[in-house]
Amino acid sequence: MAKAAQPLDGADLFADYRVTPGVSDELFDAHGQMRPVWQRFVARFARLNPQEIAARFERGNQYLRDAGVFYRQYTNDPLQEREWPLSHIPVILHESEWDQICAGLAQRADLLEAVMADLYGPGRLVSDGHLPAELVAGSRQWLRPMVGVPPRDGHYLHFLAFEIGRSPDGSWLVLGDRTQAPSGAGFALENRMATGRIFPERFPRAHIHRLAGFFGAFRTAMEGLAQGVGGHDRMAGILTPGPSNDTYYEHTYIARYLGMMLLEGEDLLVENGQAMVRTIEGPQPLGVLWRRIDAAFADPLELESNSQIGTPGLMEAVRQGNLSLVNALGSGILETRAMLAFLPKIAQVLTGQKLTLPNIATWWCGGQTERAYVQDNAARMMIGSAYACDLPFDLGATTALGGTFRGTARDSIADWLQAEGPQLVGQEAVTLSTTPAWVLYPEAELSEGRVLPRPMTVRVFAARTPQGWTFMKGGYARIGRGGDATALAMQRGGSVADVWIVSDRPVPQETLAPADRGDFRRASPGTLPARAADNLFWLGRYVERTEDAIRLIRAYHLRLAATDNPNDPRLRSLTGFLQGYGYDLDQPVPDALLERIEAARSCAGKVRDRFSTDGWAALGDLARTARAMTRTARPGDDTARAMSVLVRKITGFSGLVHENMYRFSGWRFLSFGRALERADALAALLATFADPQAPTGSLDLAVEVADSVITHQRRYRVETSRDTVIDLLALDADNPRAILFQVQSLRRLAGALPNALDNGRLAALSRALVPLESALSIADPSDITTERLVEIRAQISAISDLLAAAYLR
Amino acid sequence: MLYDIKLAIDYTYAAPSDHTRNLLRLMPLDIPGVQRVSARLLDADPRPDERRDYQDFFGNPTTSVAWHAPIEAVSLTLRARVERHPRPRLLDLSPGLAQLRADVTDVHSLGPEAPHHFLGASPRIMPDPEITAFARAQITPAMTALQAVLALGHALFTEMRFDPEATTVDTTPHEAFAARHGVCQDFTHVMIAGLRGLGIPAGYVSGFLRTFPPPGQPRLEGADAMHAWVRAWVGPENGWIEFDPTNDQPAGVDYITVAVGRDYSDVAPVRGVLRSSGGHQSQQAVDVVPLDAAG
Repeated sequence: MAKAAQPLDGADLFADYRVTPGVSDELFDAHGQMRPVWQRFVARFARLNPQEIAARFERGNQYLRDAGVFYRQYTNDPLQEREWPLSHIPVILHESEWDQICAGLAQRADLLEAVMADLYGPGRLVSDGHLPAELVAGSRQWLRPMVGVPPRDGHYLHFLAFEIGRSPDGSWLVLGDRTQAPSGAGFALENRMATGRIFPERFPRAHIHRLAGFFGAFRTAMEGLAQGVGGHDRMAGILTPGPSNDTYYEHTYIARYLGMMLLEGEDLLVENGQAMVRTIEGPQPLGVLWRRIDAAFADPLELESNSQIGTPGLMEAVRQGNLSLVNALGSGILETRAMLAFLPKIAQVLTGQKLTLPNIATWWCGGQTERAYVQDNAARMMIGSAYACDLPFDLGATTALGGTFRGTARDSIADWLQAEGPQLVGQEAVTLSTTPAWVLYPEAELSEGRVLPRPMTVRVFAARTPQGWTFMKGGYARIGRGGDATALAMQRGGSVADVWIVSDRPVPQETLAPADRGDFRRASPGTLPARAADNLFWLGRYVERTEDAIRLIRAYHLRLAATDNPNDPRLRSLTGFLQGYGYDLDQPVPDALLERIEAARSCAGKVRDRFSTDGWAALGDLARTARAMTRTARPGDDTARAMSVLVRKITGFSGLVHENMYRFSGWRFLSFGRALERADALAALLATFADPQAPTGSLDLAVEVADSVITHQRRYRVETSRDTVIDLLALDADNPRAILFQVQSLRRLAGALPNALDNGRLAALSRALVPLESALSIADPSDITTERLVEIRAQISAISDLLAAAYLR
Repeated sequence: MLYDIKLAIDYTYAAPSDHTRNLLRLMPLDIPGVQRVSARLLDADPRPDERRDYQDFFGNPTTSVAWHAPIEAVSLTLRARVERHPRPRLLDLSPGLAQLRADVTDVHSLGPEAPHHFLGASPRIMPDPEITAFARAQITPAMTALQAVLALGHALFTEMRFDPEATTVDTTPHEAFAARHGVCQDFTHVMIAGLRGLGIPAGYVSGFLRTFPPPGQPRLEGADAMHAWVRAWVGPENGWIEFDPTNDQPAGVDYITVAVGRDYSDVAPVRGVLRSSGGHQSQQAVDVVPLDAAG
């Protein structure tokens, strides 16, 4: 019999909330009583009218959008992102229940550590017959080079996640262990920030355990792991596969949050058994890596040889005991589905104790008895690869569910089990609990919804500290799309929710800031990886290059509108000039312009942990606007206006970056790129449009493209001449649109970079800049011939090479 | 039989690269009762900034070398003196294929000799239905595992053509088998895929073959470079046996083992050669000279 919610004030929102018989529910207990932990929340929520709810939910969504929280989609466009699917109502659990769960998971974490130590050590579980050898040897997650290599600090596992669900009888069940590179902790933080916007009141806030304490403890533990021999500080970093990974946003977020470097494989090198970070100050020793890439890809030399994201020699650094990894290479073996069939027994063998928190019932079909059992009970089984590492509900590796095949057609489950038994496992198709979710009527606004029960799983995070396992007091819930609480409903494409662990009393308000010790500690901004510097440098160059092109295209269309004659000599010379850069002016918004914008976004996407989310959003806006214009812009006035819009947007980005970015090395590389590109563009512009052979009107065009029309009028009070234009755009130390001005910026920036002096003398980069600056400072306009401009461009190009040689590799 | 072995490998890189790091598996393996190494010396020029010798998971002598400054070319030279003992004629004590499966399961070990490493997919050898079907067609239900190995090896020798130009180091067993040609690496990969398809654990052996045969016998294919052949596990009694499908014979006293593994990726003589930045060129010269007067 379905149960309706208990009547409440404004209970309409919950009027449709019916718990499915035989399914546990988070809101209501088995007797249909609302669980006490939810009561105050529901009472307040139910008082809100639909408009208030919509407004609150929108605040949460707005926060996520502003923060740039997106989920990457696997498409051909590596930067394609979709909005974060927040389910706005949190999952609420009482701290006493949570403590019980965590105690069970701590036992499980210790068990996993012991299994790991055995599989890469003596191998007794296999030799004593507790685990089939083929399950280990046949898995690509078991990394042979790790056998016999003890972890530097004595532990293989440091950061774990567990996917848990509630059974129909109300007890909790482990659905899967995440030991390779668990994701979601950063997303849990973001969910918390968003629900903070939705439910800002003192209650519930004062009673919800905070997440910061967990991260603080984990960071401290990692700093401890990073220490070298004799307690020397070494760097700690997060190793990411890069921007095309689906959880890259989380990597950048957590790197910013913890103040750790975000590194890719090519940022590292191994020298004499020590892993080092390539920085602008040369290689710096690294003590610990929080690994977010699959271990098999970490070292192309000893592991997957075709890995493009690894570091040759990383395994050697581990073998020589100079690098700690969170978690150790090879920890993915513990995620193997078939492992769940053996862990309960192994727990008893190794510890003499039963697991207090059971895992999902699993049968490895390599055994005769188990195979027969799975076959007889196929109707309530998920059957799939024994070696798969996905969670049961991800279904990626599950090919049969409830006795029928998904996708590929096969003849019969019996034949399949017979033929491929050792490669298969059966897992009980458990029913999950349901939790309140805001569900819209079809095609409705955010205000037109009601609360319905939806199935859920919770991800729990654990970190090893010197005092033992510590657990995040909160988590990351996945909410199914449909009302069905069985396996199918949890396929990819549901939503996610915050998890509140609630106390009866107000809880301590921890933050990640260091505890107040009376003294003010200013953290060093840290050193800049060479690859990040490279991307910032090129971001600066591409943005400037794009802006320059937009101004040139605008100049073309303004003249086209005025003359209506594409054969006008000035238009022809503009066309030729732009063609030299690959811009086809037959297209109002040339493809090459879109490519430049994408190149800038691609560089920016690789250093998202280093500049503001506003800047990233501004670049995205620029790209979207430009793409939309390809469909609408018509040649002439219309395109000129469109280009004016783009100029404003791109200068908006530059403004955001330059007004707000901390003046540290990263900013200097970005600015260096911008100044270098502008100096070069001005030299190129003058070489063509200030050439004595250029068509009449070219000088005005140059002044206009360089945005210096008004300045020219003020300063010279005459018509443009070659001398006035060269004076203003090449030799003026006060005009930001002059070569000299930019060369002076370059010289100042170079002087502020690390190792600007080499044994007391100027380093090569500055030695190349100083003569160029002096020459321009004392030159007359008549000295700056077209040939001299071409020469200046070659000098600028050499300066770019010198920068790259000194800092960017 | 006592051999003096000389090997020279030269790499030239199109674009010099800093922090080049290589893993070398070039030094002959000591195998009690089969092969004894009395001297082995591996040199690299230019002299690497780092060098460390160790044994990998399968027990192969492995040398890790690295150069910190950019290098344009590397010369590797190996000199070794190795004695290969004749193996007694094998008495076939291997089970049928159904029993072999049970025998594999009964091995409770993850050690390097355990058959479990050599049954499923490995980095360079995926299960291949076409090769498996071909392998099935070569055997009868009455055959022992050893007979099945010999039958498949012979069938592949007959079916595939030795062609040193047709394939590359990256050719997959599927491609080589589809075109029915290749070099020792391809013959070996295809045979391993076939054996695993039959449920017979099979691995890859890299090594040397004596350069000139005894008088009156033909020169064997693969003698002018490093060679490759197959090892297969045929039950607890006979254990691992070795067979050379390129020459259709068991690997006997003419063969010197360097490394064993699941496939080429485990035993590649030089790993870590840069492919990305402009490519490279390589040359290999091998001399395997018997010292015994009898030849």
